[in-house]
Amino acid sequence: MENAEAAKLIAASLAMGLGAVGPGIGIGILAGKAMEAIGRNPEAAGAIQTNMILALAFCEAIGIYALVVALILKFV
Amino acid sequence: MDRLGGKQIGLIAVVLLFAGAFFVRAPLPILQVAPEPVFTIGGFVITNTLLATWVTMVVLLLLFRAATSNMQLVPRGIQNVIESLVEALYDFAQSVAGPRFGKVFFPLVGTIFFFVLCNSWLSLLPGFGTIGVAKTGEHEGVVMEQAGPLLVIPPSPTIVKEGQHAPEGKLVGELVPFLRGANTDLKTTLSLALLAMFFIEFWGIKYQGLAAYGGKFVNFSGFKQGPFMGVIYFIIGIIETISEFARIISFTFRLFGNMFAGEVLLAVIVFLVPWVVADVFYSLELFVGIVQALVFAGLTLVFAASATAGHGGGHEDEHGHSEHAAAGH
Repeated sequence: MENAEAAKLIAASLAMGLGAVGPGIGIGILAGKAMEAIGRNPEAAGAIQTNMILALAFCEAIGIYALVVALILKFV
Repeated sequence: MDRLGGKQIGLIAVVLLFAGAFFVRAPLPILQVAPEPVFTIGGFVITNTLLATWVTMVVLLLLFRAATSNMQLVPRGIQNVIESLVEALYDFAQSVAGPRFGKVFFPLVGTIFFFVLCNSWLSLLPGFGTIGVAKTGEHEGVVMEQAGPLLVIPPSPTIVKEGQHAPEGKLVGELVPFLRGANTDLKTTLSLALLAMFFIEFWGIKYQGLAAYGGKFVNFSGFKQGPFMGVIYFIIGIIETISEFARIISFTFRLFGNMFAGEVLLAVIVFLVPWVVADVFYSLELFVGIVQALVFAGLTLVFAASATAGHGGGHEDEHGHSEHAAAGH
């Protein structure tokens, strides 16, 4: 297939671009709810923050999977 | 001048910016996912990420040796720093898993945290990825210059692609660095993930018994409520098994993706922009390093806690957190 290089480049950009939509929305909702909770109960800020960072990692990981796909398309 | 005010610092930064743009340009990075082998010992290939792992091990051993030799009851200096870190991790482990299990899980969780953290942060030091062996005699690469016994890639080098002619009398080659960040190797992250999952399963079987823990995956308990519920519970058991394996994949790729992307980002940014701006991305890499270490260790802890707790798991969590929050404030 002659246009393999062009297709790989387009695929890499699409993978990362579309793959960032979900985690972006997810992290925004998560952080927003965490802010709300801290605002309502400032004493629990430490516990809320710890749990938020943990849940953030799960969300972020989905975006990282998309990044890995894009990187493998570009560099392998 | 007696004291540097904001304006002077800004002026110096701008001057450095422009000087950097003209004089300090990095070469276009040639990136690959697989780590490059540096040498072989009798058939066993030593890659540059393996060397970086050894550097991390030596650094960690020396650090903790310095902190624990000549231990005082009232800690000072480096013992104080390490003790506060270890205590913070221990409290975190106990707040998530409860007092008894926190003690059991803490060695693995603490080791994973310190290992991943040192891997990430050491890979930001100068020398990682820049000093190495030159593979000359290739048909593509960058033009290197001789500076005494060393070959040097000059700032803004000429890139020779396949099929182009190399400049006369110059060496064309690629750099194989001696050291590369250990977390950028899929093998490191995969082995950490397998280790974590092995211990989670081991603790689950040890503290809940094989029948109770295995019953989560091969779930025949629904058949008591009739054949239809039995089939549903059995399928839920299969889904649990698949999600256990998916955790290995997610552990591996979360750490690998973050670290490899960070390495690519730094290499490209240093190529693109003057070097003062690259400092912003270095601080991002510092932050990502510690967050990913915390996340890997923390997720191992959370999964181990839920594996050993079975049905009573949720309550442990809430007690631990409320006590922790009350004690902390």
